[in-house]
Amino acid sequence: MKLAFQIAYKNLMGAGLRTWLNVAVLSFAFVMIIFFNGLMDGWNQEASRDSIAWEYGQGQLLHENYDPYDPFSLEEGHGVLPSAIANEFESILIQQGSIYPDGRMLSVQLKGINLDQNTLKIPTPILKNSEADIPVLIGKRMAETTKLKEGDEVLLRWRDINGTFDAANLTIAGVFDSNVGTIDNGQLWMPLKKLQSMTGLDNQVTLGIAKKESNYAAIGGWKFQSKETLLKNLSDIIATKKISSSIFYLMLLAISLLALFDTQVLSIFRRQKEIGTFIALGMTRQQVVGLFTVEGSMYSLFAIVLGAAYGTPMLWLLAKTGIPIPAASQDAGVAISDTMYPVYGFGLIAITILLIIIAATIVSFLPATKIAKLNPVNALKGKIQ
Amino acid sequence: MKTFFALIISLFWVAPAPPDAAAILKKVDQNMSADSQIVESTMVIHGRRGSREVTSRGYSEGKFKSFTEYLAPEREKGTKMLKLEDKLWIYSPSSDRTIQLSGHMLRQSVMGSDLSYEDMMEDRKLLDMYTAMVIGEETLSGRKTWVLELNAKVEDVAYVKRKTWIDQERYVPLKEELFAKSGQLLKKTVMSNVSKIGGRWYPKSINYKDMLKNGKGTDFNINNIQFNPSIPAHIFSKASLKK
Repeated sequence: MKLAFQIAYKNLMGAGLRTWLNVAVLSFAFVMIIFFNGLMDGWNQEASRDSIAWEYGQGQLLHENYDPYDPFSLEEGHGVLPSAIANEFESILIQQGSIYPDGRMLSVQLKGINLDQNTLKIPTPILKNSEADIPVLIGKRMAETTKLKEGDEVLLRWRDINGTFDAANLTIAGVFDSNVGTIDNGQLWMPLKKLQSMTGLDNQVTLGIAKKESNYAAIGGWKFQSKETLLKNLSDIIATKKISSSIFYLMLLAISLLALFDTQVLSIFRRQKEIGTFIALGMTRQQVVGLFTVEGSMYSLFAIVLGAAYGTPMLWLLAKTGIPIPAASQDAGVAISDTMYPVYGFGLIAITILLIIIAATIVSFLPATKIAKLNPVNALKGKIQ
Repeated sequence: MKTFFALIISLFWVAPAPPDAAAILKKVDQNMSADSQIVESTMVIHGRRGSREVTSRGYSEGKFKSFTEYLAPEREKGTKMLKLEDKLWIYSPSSDRTIQLSGHMLRQSVMGSDLSYEDMMEDRKLLDMYTAMVIGEETLSGRKTWVLELNAKVEDVAYVKRKTWIDQERYVPLKEELFAKSGQLLKKTVMSNVSKIGGRWYPKSINYKDMLKNGKGTDFNINNIQFNPSIPAHIFSKASLKK
């Protein structure tokens, strides 16, 4: 085996530019696989962290009639949190309303939150310190959509528990910057007590955000969703995104493997006399097949070394500086920051190395199997078979 | 001496009592309501990028049954709406499906107009929901009107207060304003082109305006109206939605 590696090494070095072209393309695929997957893993980690900090807390206790994906369920989806566990949750009441910035009607969700909470990163102290009658916080996306800024007043129309219309001016007490679009787009955050009194829904809440990690299996009239369950949606979305973005680097890998395959076919065709000599000298056909396979798979080892040489500083730099994300992408339904920082785990690098080596070995082995069918005498004569 | 007489007269002068608001509304009802109606109308929806017209034919019987079929434009043609009691179904020809609207969906706008499905669904009599009183007289477009203020006496009403201007001679509303609990004016309705149709006065043009939005609101123009015609019972059935 050692001999096979030595011969393979000498052959590859002897082939010169042909070897280095193959290695360069394969190494580029190797670096790209690590980069793209690292980017997705980095997004996943950051999105999970932000979603927990801004939206999910340690889990959510939803009223049984409330469906987060159905705004029509807000009308019936609220109740009084059981007193035994009420202290373990931050109460949120969600109702619908309309605002009229510059005479345009915009449907909004009114979200009431406790002013003394510190479970979520919503900056409630701003609301607490505001002297406005109806102070609200909006996110940067909402501020952009509505062209509203801190200190602005805008007319809000809502309905009370009986369906009767009411309207009053609200004041933008502050604009917060969050990576989580789902707590920002079309939403107004206001003091819980204020929203309850405006709507006549005293003590009513739509959902509770768990302050501590715990399992609340069965609570009458409420359904608990653990942090893991809530994050699963996010992970699923990112996994889907990962698959779609893998098309690019898999195509790159396929091109480099095709080049490797071609090189192997050409090698076997041109080196028939050499193959015949090996067999004449006493090597079995399987040993010759092994020799050519090792030679092919050694491209992947070279590619990994070359990829590591230029990829390590490049990927390290990208992990430090991050990749800027266009503002339009941040309005997607999942948490996404304005700069994405890739994360390269050991598992990712190990799996990518294995993938490259195994793929290169397979595409090297396939043409080499032809050697097993060669007639050694004809091979020695250099006759095309 | 003159001053003395003037004082005596003013002491004994009894101003004419304002007319009873309930009686006025009853007379308005006689003009505006019928046991059954067939109306062909054009709704002109004024938007930010221009206006569009929607033509429809509506059948109604009493306050609880109504059926509307949209005739134009091509995009809305064939859309049908059936209201029975407190239920509303809409049939869309493009999807060939009938859906029932309920809850919050009733608060959505009808065809992008300033009218909500809920506004169209309201079938309770005003006097069942509001206490009415005459608060003054005004002249509107040259017509003398009584100004009535209606304050909710039940809790489940959309508008806690209404003001309506009733033509003193023809007993037709000429203007209505709808208010929020805070007193904010939310919607305004202006009736015009009052004509005598089948022995009763009726406004053939109505403008609905959401006062919180910019724009000219929605015009509802009646092209043709029949009072108390006989309407086949099958019109007010779910089967007629797909016909």
